[in-house]
Amino acid sequence: MNSAWIYRIAMAVLAVSGVAQMPVFKRYGIASIPGLGWTADYFFTHRLHYVAAALLLFWLVRRLLLDGPAALGKARLALLGALVLTGAIRMLKNLPDVDFSPLTVMLVDWTHLAAAMAIGLAALVMLAKRRADARERINRR
Amino acid sequence: MLKHISPDSRITRRTLLKTLGLGGTAALFPGRARAAALPASGGETATLLDLSKCIGCGACVEACRETNGKRYPKPIKPLPTLLPPGTKNEDFSDKRGDDTRLTPYNWLTIQSATVDGQEVHIPRRCMHCQNPPCANLCPWGAASKRESGTVEIDPDICLGGSKCRDVCPWQIPQRQSGVGLYLHILPTMAGNGVMFKCDRCQDRVAKGQLPACVEACPQSVQSVGPRDELAAQARRMASERGGYLYGLEDNGGTNTIYYSPVPFEKLNAAVAKGPGKPHLASVADSMADSNTLAWAVLLAPLAGAASALLKGTKKILASKETKEGSHE
Ligand code: SF4
Ligand code: SF4
Ligand code: SF4
Repeated sequence: MNSAWIYRIAMAVLAVSGVAQMPVFKRYGIASIPGLGWTADYFFTHRLHYVAAALLLFWLVRRLLLDGPAALGKARLALLGALVLTGAIRMLKNLPDVDFSPLTVMLVDWTHLAAAMAIGLAALVMLAKRRADARERINRR
Repeated sequence: MLKHISPDSRITRRTLLKTLGLGGTAALFPGRARAAALPASGGETATLLDLSKCIGCGACVEACRETNGKRYPKPIKPLPTLLPPGTKNEDFSDKRGDDTRLTPYNWLTIQSATVDGQEVHIPRRCMHCQNPPCANLCPWGAASKRESGTVEIDPDICLGGSKCRDVCPWQIPQRQSGVGLYLHILPTMAGNGVMFKCDRCQDRVAKGQLPACVEACPQSVQSVGPRDELAAQARRMASERGGYLYGLEDNGGTNTIYYSPVPFEKLNAAVAKGPGKPHLASVADSMADSNTLAWAVLLAPLAGAASALLKGTKKILASKETKEGSHE
C-alpha cells in the first residue's frame, strides 16, 4: 500500500488547522464564507490539529521503520523532526500541571512556526520544480 | 511510558518531564524564571476572596491603578489603518479613568449586586486559571503560565490578535491598539496592539511584596497562599458558614477562589455583564477535549510501529510461502 496519501492528508489538515491557530480566518473574512465558519473556532481547529498530528506521527514512524530515514531525505527529516519536537512540547504544555518558563514557551512557539513555514515553502518549491520539469519534458517532445 | 501516569498525579508527571529535561528548562533562564513566583510555596499560589467581607470601597482598584499605571499602554497616534477594510482599532486611551469595567488601563473592577437582601461586591480580574486556554493557545508564545500559577502576557511580544480574549471563558484580556511589536512588522496586515490584564503584580511579588490590591484592602478580603491550603480553607468556610464557592472547579480550576454568602447563580443573574464585565456562571474545562486527544497523539507513534511490524511480518511470511511453494 502506498501511504503517501496519509502524509499528504495529515500535512494539509495540519497546515489549515495550524494557520487557524492564528487570528486570521476571521479577520480576512474566510470564516464568513458559508461552510467555513469552523475555521474561526479555535477549540475545534485545535482538536483537528491534534488528530492530524496523530496521523502524521503514525505515518512517520511507520515509514521510518519500513523504509529507513534515507527514504525521507535529510532536509525533510530535519524539518519534520523540529516540527514534531516543538509540537510535542507545546502539547505537553497544554496538559494540566505542566508549565515552562515564558522564554521557553516563546522559543518553542517560534521554532514550531518557522519549521512549519519552511516545510510549506519547500513543498511549494518542489511543486514548482515538478511543474517546470514536466513542462520541459513536453517541450522536448 | 506516559500511559501509566494517572491524569491527576501532579508529582509524577512533573518528575517525568524533569527527567526528559523539559521541566528543567526554567533552570536555564534563572534570571527570568526566578522572578516568577508569589511567596515561594513549591506549588501554585492562589488567592481566596471572602466576599462577605468586601464593602466595595474600591481601595484595591485604586491601588492597582497606582501601582501598575507605569505599565499601562502608551499608544502611538494616529493608530495604523488596518486591512482588510472593516478591521477596527481598539482604543481606550481616552477612557483611562474608566474603572467600571476591565480595560487596558484598568485591570481590576468591582461588580456589585443585591441578592436575597444582601449587597455583595465582587472584585474582578484575571482568574489565573490552573490550565489557562489563553496561555495554552497563544500562537505566538506571548502568554504563559508560571509554576507559581500566575498567568501573564508579555507586552513586548504580544501582537494583539486577541485570541486570548476569545478563548478566555471570561474574556478577561483587554486590547489597546497602537502599541507593541506589530507596529514594527506589518501593522496594517497583522496584529492589532497588545493585550493587558492582571499579572498578580509580578514586579512587587519578585521583590517579596504582596500584590497591591491585597495589601491595600482595609477589610483583608483576599488571602494569599498555596492553592491546596486555600481550597481546603474555602471548603471549610462554605460548609461551616453555609456559603458558596466559585473557581474551585471552573475552567478546570482557577487560582482565584471566591467565597460568597449567596449563590453564584443569583449573583451572575444580578451583576451587569458585557465587555470588560465578566460573568459568574460555572465554566467547564476549556482544555479537556484537546487534552483527551493528546493521549491519541502520544500513542500514534506506537500504532505506526505496530503497523510497520505487521507489514514486515506479512512480507516475511509471504516470501517464506513462495519459497516453500517453489520447493514442491
Ligand atoms: S479594597 Fe477590599 S473591601 Fe474594598 S473593594 Fe477592594 S476587596 Fe472590597
Ligand atoms: S481568566 Fe482568562 S485570561 Fe485569566 S488565566 Fe484564565 S483564561 Fe487566561
Ligand atoms: S494582583 Fe496586582 S495587577 Fe492584579 S488586580 Fe491586584 S493589584 Fe492589579
